[in-house]
Amino acid sequence: MKIPSSIWTLLIGIVLTLASLWYGQNHGLLPTAASDEAVLIDGLFNAMMTVSMSIFLIVEGVLVYSIFKYRRRAGDNEDGPPIEGNVPLEILWTAIPAIIVIGISVYSFDVYNEIGGFNPHAAHEAAIMQESISMPGTAIAVTLSDTPGSTEQNLNQEKSDEAMQDPSTAAVPNPDTPQMHNRSGVGSVAPTLGASREKEGEASQLVVNVSALQYAWIFTYPDTGVTTGELHVPIGREVQMNMTANDVIHAFWIPEFRLKQDVIPGRQTEIRFTPKTPGDYSLICAELCGPYHGAMRTQVVVESQPAFDSWMQEQLVASKDTLNQAVSINPADNMSVDEFLAPYSKYMGIHPEMLHQVHH
Amino acid sequence: MTQAQLQETAHIPTLREEPGDRKWWEFFTFSTDHKVIGIQYLVTSFIFYCIGGVMADLVRTELRTPDIDFVTPEVYNSLFTLHATIMIFLWIVPAGAGFANYLIPLMIGARDMAFPRLNAVAFWMIPPAGVLLTLSLAVGDAPDAGWTSYPPLSLVTGQVGEAIWITSVLLLGTSSILGAINFLVTILKMRVPGMGVHQMPLFCWAMLATSALVLVSTPVLSGALILLAFDLLAGTTFFNPTGGGDPVVYQHMFWFYSHPAVYIMILPFFGAISEILPVHARKPIFGYKAIAYSSLAISFLGLIVWAHHMFTSGIPGWLRMFFMITTMIIAVPTGIKIFGWLATIWGGKISLNSPMIFAMGFLGTFVIGGISGVMLASVPFDIHVHDTYFVVAHLHYVLFGGSVLGIFAAIYHWFPKMTGRMINEFWGKVHAVLTIVGLNMTFLPMHKLGMMGMNRRIAQYDPKFTSLNEICTYGSYILAISTLPFIINAVWSWLYGPKAANNPWRGLTLEWMTTSPPAIENFEKLPVLTTGPYDYGVSEKIVDVNKVLSIKLDEPYPTIESNV
Repeated sequence: MKIPSSIWTLLIGIVLTLASLWYGQNHGLLPTAASDEAVLIDGLFNAMMTVSMSIFLIVEGVLVYSIFKYRRRAGDNEDGPPIEGNVPLEILWTAIPAIIVIGISVYSFDVYNEIGGFNPHAAHEAAIMQESISMPGTAIAVTLSDTPGSTEQNLNQEKSDEAMQDPSTAAVPNPDTPQMHNRSGVGSVAPTLGASREKEGEASQLVVNVSALQYAWIFTYPDTGVTTGELHVPIGREVQMNMTANDVIHAFWIPEFRLKQDVIPGRQTEIRFTPKTPGDYSLICAELCGPYHGAMRTQVVVESQPAFDSWMQEQLVASKDTLNQAVSINPADNMSVDEFLAPYSKYMGIHPEMLHQVHH
Repeated sequence: MTQAQLQETAHIPTLREEPGDRKWWEFFTFSTDHKVIGIQYLVTSFIFYCIGGVMADLVRTELRTPDIDFVTPEVYNSLFTLHATIMIFLWIVPAGAGFANYLIPLMIGARDMAFPRLNAVAFWMIPPAGVLLTLSLAVGDAPDAGWTSYPPLSLVTGQVGEAIWITSVLLLGTSSILGAINFLVTILKMRVPGMGVHQMPLFCWAMLATSALVLVSTPVLSGALILLAFDLLAGTTFFNPTGGGDPVVYQHMFWFYSHPAVYIMILPFFGAISEILPVHARKPIFGYKAIAYSSLAISFLGLIVWAHHMFTSGIPGWLRMFFMITTMIIAVPTGIKIFGWLATIWGGKISLNSPMIFAMGFLGTFVIGGISGVMLASVPFDIHVHDTYFVVAHLHYVLFGGSVLGIFAAIYHWFPKMTGRMINEFWGKVHAVLTIVGLNMTFLPMHKLGMMGMNRRIAQYDPKFTSLNEICTYGSYILAISTLPFIINAVWSWLYGPKAANNPWRGLTLEWMTTSPPAIENFEKLPVLTTGPYDYGVSEKIVDVNKVLSIKLDEPYPTIESNV
């Protein structure tokens, strides 16, 4: 008995749909989803994977079938049938991809909105904390902009510092390059990923200032003034990262969070996320930043609130200790921290040139 | 009228001795013959393909293990920077220009390009630029800021290397612009009388779209590079944030060229595939107009998608959505082409020879690159995989699985015409199979690597990715080996291969209506268009040549079935 081609088409269609649906859910191509945003993005990817798989199977299926079915037999020098086109068929295969991409666009738009893409500045009140100025590392960076030679007022630099919010991460001016004064548009805050939709208008619950430099990440928690080299975040609280780079462009990427944001010198970029799954993850620099780009990574620890609090407490104690030591070696009590550090600060800031020479 | 008769009417003295024979040394001179220039382009670009390929294999060797143990990180960065620059600007773009030079005048029945001397100037800018770039590695200060050369990184790495990179890319860009002007004028003004735009072979349509894109976008890259050179050498701060410059502006200017560059690299081979499939499947191209105009649509849309390379650069949300949607829309004209090609081979009589294996390999792998391209267009997913190996996989599926397989398909297809010799089929098939296996082995695992968390442009990586990276590295060795049979086969066949007939594939486009290799002035007598470019299997008709000649441009022919 010969099975009619319509039945074949139907059968193949069913098998194809099932195979695509199965693969869309079981591709195993993504790591753990450790943030609320990751779950949304994975859903989007799975949907795209399902559609992609069916298109892939159709195209490869037609190709392989044609190779076997329509191969020229030996001795056959005739031409094939002169079919030059088929307008309804062409309209169909224009319309179907169009509908698919519109669907993916709408879904992507929705996910983007959910993760806060349209709401970059919903909560934007983080001010300069007094504690952060008293930090040892920060003092150096602050005085650097005031080292002798740049006494002249530079509105550009002020605007830039203002935008940086966190003095410890403020752009370090390069003394070798002429400063362009009072140009507009400098020191802007780049709009990036803001509050997720249900948290619109609320201040994020934890702010972390991030400073990226060749080849390290520095995190400052403005609430407590703690500065660390690895990122700790509690589960279930929305975290806002205010990021800037000291030398070249870096990118903040945690694969398990599915989030990435370039960290750009001269401006501040932000990203907000809500960690979900406890664990140790990697924070990776995803933008080429020099020869040791591959080594620029650090640990991200997602932990419960109590664990986070006790970690923070330890850091506080540790940092207070270093502060005391720093003050105790100050020989002249009448000098302020700034005055004391001014002669050294020039040599202690991290300059791209210096690092460059170190690496050569 | 049969094919043989047709050819006789097209040019009666087919086998007359040439008054002047082509000398071998002409290929090393400032020749203004488009065929010489075309071969100069192809051979030069293939040499750079080998150089770029060696660099790729050195990069892959470093990546076989998670640690830095093969080259220093600085050299590693130079290797991938030069690999990308060479493969883009010295292999795929000039190879496309090479085929365009060789084929456009032949396909439209012209005796040469519109501006032969300009054509030679455009070619001779390439060797110095390429040598400069390659030698920078020997000088010890090779560019190492990636082929994107983003400031401020490109301003703080080696100054000499960066200056060399800027100079050679500026030269190559200028060469590309000059070539594009020539192709546009030639296609628009030098078609044989009686060939309207809708009787043009699809390769010419593709080059029309490509050249328009080159002309609009390349000057912007030149502008960006000149400003970058000022920042680098004169201490200005256009892109340097320490002086109030904006590094993101460079990214916009760079990608305004460099995204269209992707289409500049793929459109010519879309055209070549549209030529190759109908000939070897013995069927007319399915939907001539759809394929022709989808090239123009891709060319136009290609200009308004650049910022999808910058989804994580901190551009506003609405801008990301705009570029996401325009990028997605490009899938539609691309889909039209892919389905048109599938319908072309469907029901045909496919000769599985080397050009056809490459062409079908193109279809099968390019579609993977197309699909991952749509995924990358989606902003939320791109935020995850931007600058990871997922992107590396995608771009190699498009540029290797697409452009390079297209180049090889075209080389095998037009080799008899270019050299007058047949190329060995067996070794051609070996080359094709090794290439397709090698490329999938190299690039397929990279999709997973990227999504699992391996970023691009790194010399060291998390040890959990070792096994997949080993597969990629061994795949790249297969790719390296795959070029050996090709090189030996091409050289041997060129020298000693059996003489090729004028029309070994029984093609219908005009380049097959002249001798192999074509006479110095292409056609002894201007060919007369008596059939559409793809009228395979169309029932024979008696053609009155005078009636065809008296018809006006753009009027449909009485003889052409194409319904166009």
